[in-house]
Amino acid sequence: MITATLVRSFDRGATIFVLVIAAIAIAVPLANLVLPATSPFHVPTYLVSLWGKYVCYAVLALSIDLIWGYCGILSLGHGAFFALGGYAMGMYLMRQIGTRGVYAHPILPDFMVFLNWPELPVYWYGFQHLPYALLMVVLVPGMLAFVFGWFAFRSRVTGVYLSIITQALTFALMLGFFRNNFGFGGNNGLTDFKNILGFNVQASGTRAALFSISCIALILGFFVCRAVVTSKLGKVLIAIRDAEARTRFLGYRVESYKLFVFTLSACMAGIAGALYVPQVGIINPSEFAPGNSIEAVIWVAVGGRGTLTGAVIGAIVVNYGKTFFTTGALAPYWLFVLGGLFVAVTLLLPRGIVGTLRHWWAMRRVVARPGDKPNGVSASPTAPQAAE
Amino acid sequence: MRAFHDRIHALVVSLVLLVAAMLMPAHGETFESALAGFAADSYNDTDTAITAVAASGNALAAPVIEALQDGRLLFNPADKKIYLKDKAGALLDATTGNPAAGVAAADLKLVRVNNRLRRTIDAALGGLTLLASDPAKRYEAAQAVFKSREAAALPTLETALAKETDGRVKRALAEARAAVLLTVDSAAEADKVDAIAIIRQRGDQDALALLSGVPSSAPPAVTRAAKDAIAAIETRLAQWAMVQNTWYGLSLGSVLLLAAIGLAITFGVMGVINMAHGEMVMLGAYVTFVVQEVIRTNNPALLDYALAIAVPLAFVVSGAVGILIERGVIRFLYGRPLETLLATWGLSLILQQAVRTQFGPTNKEVSNPSWMSGAFELGGITITYNRLWIICFTLAVFVALIGLLRLTRLGLEMRAVTQNRAMAASMGIRTSRIDALTFGLGSGIAGLAGVALSQIDNVSPNLGQGYIIDSFLVVVFGGVGNLWGTLVGAFTLGIANKFLEPFAGAVLGKIAILVFIILFIQRRPQGLFALKGRAVEA
Repeated sequence: MITATLVRSFDRGATIFVLVIAAIAIAVPLANLVLPATSPFHVPTYLVSLWGKYVCYAVLALSIDLIWGYCGILSLGHGAFFALGGYAMGMYLMRQIGTRGVYAHPILPDFMVFLNWPELPVYWYGFQHLPYALLMVVLVPGMLAFVFGWFAFRSRVTGVYLSIITQALTFALMLGFFRNNFGFGGNNGLTDFKNILGFNVQASGTRAALFSISCIALILGFFVCRAVVTSKLGKVLIAIRDAEARTRFLGYRVESYKLFVFTLSACMAGIAGALYVPQVGIINPSEFAPGNSIEAVIWVAVGGRGTLTGAVIGAIVVNYGKTFFTTGALAPYWLFVLGGLFVAVTLLLPRGIVGTLRHWWAMRRVVARPGDKPNGVSASPTAPQAAE
Repeated sequence: MRAFHDRIHALVVSLVLLVAAMLMPAHGETFESALAGFAADSYNDTDTAITAVAASGNALAAPVIEALQDGRLLFNPADKKIYLKDKAGALLDATTGNPAAGVAAADLKLVRVNNRLRRTIDAALGGLTLLASDPAKRYEAAQAVFKSREAAALPTLETALAKETDGRVKRALAEARAAVLLTVDSAAEADKVDAIAIIRQRGDQDALALLSGVPSSAPPAVTRAAKDAIAAIETRLAQWAMVQNTWYGLSLGSVLLLAAIGLAITFGVMGVINMAHGEMVMLGAYVTFVVQEVIRTNNPALLDYALAIAVPLAFVVSGAVGILIERGVIRFLYGRPLETLLATWGLSLILQQAVRTQFGPTNKEVSNPSWMSGAFELGGITITYNRLWIICFTLAVFVALIGLLRLTRLGLEMRAVTQNRAMAASMGIRTSRIDALTFGLGSGIAGLAGVALSQIDNVSPNLGQGYIIDSFLVVVFGGVGNLWGTLVGAFTLGIANKFLEPFAGAVLGKIAILVFIILFIQRRPQGLFALKGRAVEA
């Protein structure tokens, strides 16, 4: 049955996409580890980490696209779920430091010793075990999204109101995590990681492995999203996106569908954050900043909301652009570019890159065979007015 | 032993002063002959001279003793005449107070003082000011005695009290006397109880400190009275703290309101999510900065009016940018609120970076005009002028806006377009023009907020970002499309925040407010004051 779902959910584009990601997942680590540094195809370790970061962003973009592109829920606080997943992973990595910290305390992380904490807070218990930490990576964002969504969707908070309160949520979390007495390292966050499962997080082998795992997570996330949106559930989600009231009148429990997809999306964002932290080497409260969440939304808009491949491509393209602009003489202009991107995409390219290509492709087929209706574009919001 | 001796000494001085006060107006000869003691160049003679000069009641007594204190009193060893240097350094004849002619400063010697003399000087000056002709000086002297509780001042206090006519000073003197009586062990029990009653009337932190200092070994009646008084004062202080918190809350609420009114127009009335609203505020603040700098370089005399000049300019600049944004971007996005949100967020990034490129990333200093600096006391709280002005300014802007919407043709058209666009258009209203003007109005008001915020916040490119989330929450909390709701929402949140701060701390208080609003919106998505009827569905 699972095979059937997978087969049904895959068209040619999706297959090609998955194959490309899989190829990258194998090729980049190989080019880093096997090829000599002199080879023109050698990939230096810093690039592996950098691209690994992009892949994590791509998973986050997928999770946003799932709710925004297919269900019309614009969350401006998805960075919060990403950061919570990251903090759960960071707590595992902190516990792995052990006596190698500055204060060489066997149990307490450095910042707790520094703040004169007598013992480990209860909520840090168990984080020395990776499986427990991984469970928390999914569970904490998932629970928060479930509770938040439970209240929000049942009281029918929709549209911009939901966007504003998700933004308030991540803002509140940011203020909280900045405080030292929350027990998550305050301003500095969690950093100075040493080991993950006994491997040195700095080593190029570990980095390459993390890169491959991130790619696998991306592929899995893509599978899951694809399975959701091509199923009957996905059709209901699209119906909710396009006409929520009508869907409700048809007898569907709109809030349950929304709650399911919102929670699923938050779990994905948490996983993305967990993979992000060991590759970047730090997690701090600024990840909760509302601006980050909004930036993640624009990745999806650039790639094309309502197209899963578009979300991934958008995340990678925009972040590559960010790296390109912010490292060098062009740095002062990055915010102009990013701001311009927000305006240009919403005004001129409402379907995003992939959506526009698909639309163009479909229109060409219509011109070639007059009388046919364009097919295969129904998944993307062709009529933006109806999207909200 | 030494201190005791000094006290006795000061007491003697005060008693002499007392006699002198009774004999006033005093005689010129006494003053002149007393002055001669300074020329003897011996500490004992100087001591007698100080007391005698203070007792003379001459108008020059205070300046002469002050000069002695500051080391500005000189004498001529040759003819034994006394001179004083005024603060500017000019030589004056001590007997007449006129400029001294034909004396070379090099011939003069300084009248020397030691610690014992300094004490005499202090007591003499204290006594002189308690009896000074200027009520403000008498009041200050009484306050000083209240704090120092100098037992030696008691007789002078009694005299001053007996002849005091000014009510405020009289009360201060009575309080000072009570403070002294309470500290002096020899005072009678009944006097002490009376003193406690007077101090209880005063009822501030100083009074509390004084009463807490009453030893437990004091007679039971005194300790009981003190305990009662402490309880009464503490209740009173708690009430004032409440008033103080309310005031801070009103102040914060007015800032929130100012930042949110513009948004209440663009978001509440037009339904446009303008994430660049904070940047309009920021532009207003920078306009203030530029106006101030231009005036500083061209016409410093007008510097006090810079803020008043900046008000219309900020409105125009922010309003113009708002109209540009509406015509250039937002009008293509009507009916697509989420896209509007993203596009205006992009615009906010561009505006921030543009200002950063032009003015640099650092904070710009906007000075307070003289009429906005300083503070005054009202009962038990301190009110700063800039906060008071901002509250007044906010209310003025609010009233003006309500008036505009209610009474003018533009306001009528704005309301018509908001309520039913198609119908308004068929009535001949050019809806796109009204859209642009409404958006410009909202942005212009944000610019006004910027002028006010430049007085209390850092003027930096990030100024607006700090207000955008708060502003949205205020508008949503108060009820979208309802200006009065925004008013109530802003002041409620401001006051709630300030009342939470003492218990929870600033950050936790803020988090509590955010969580409260998130829950509140779940409960009442229409906000505090929902619009009734079909407008809600639009």
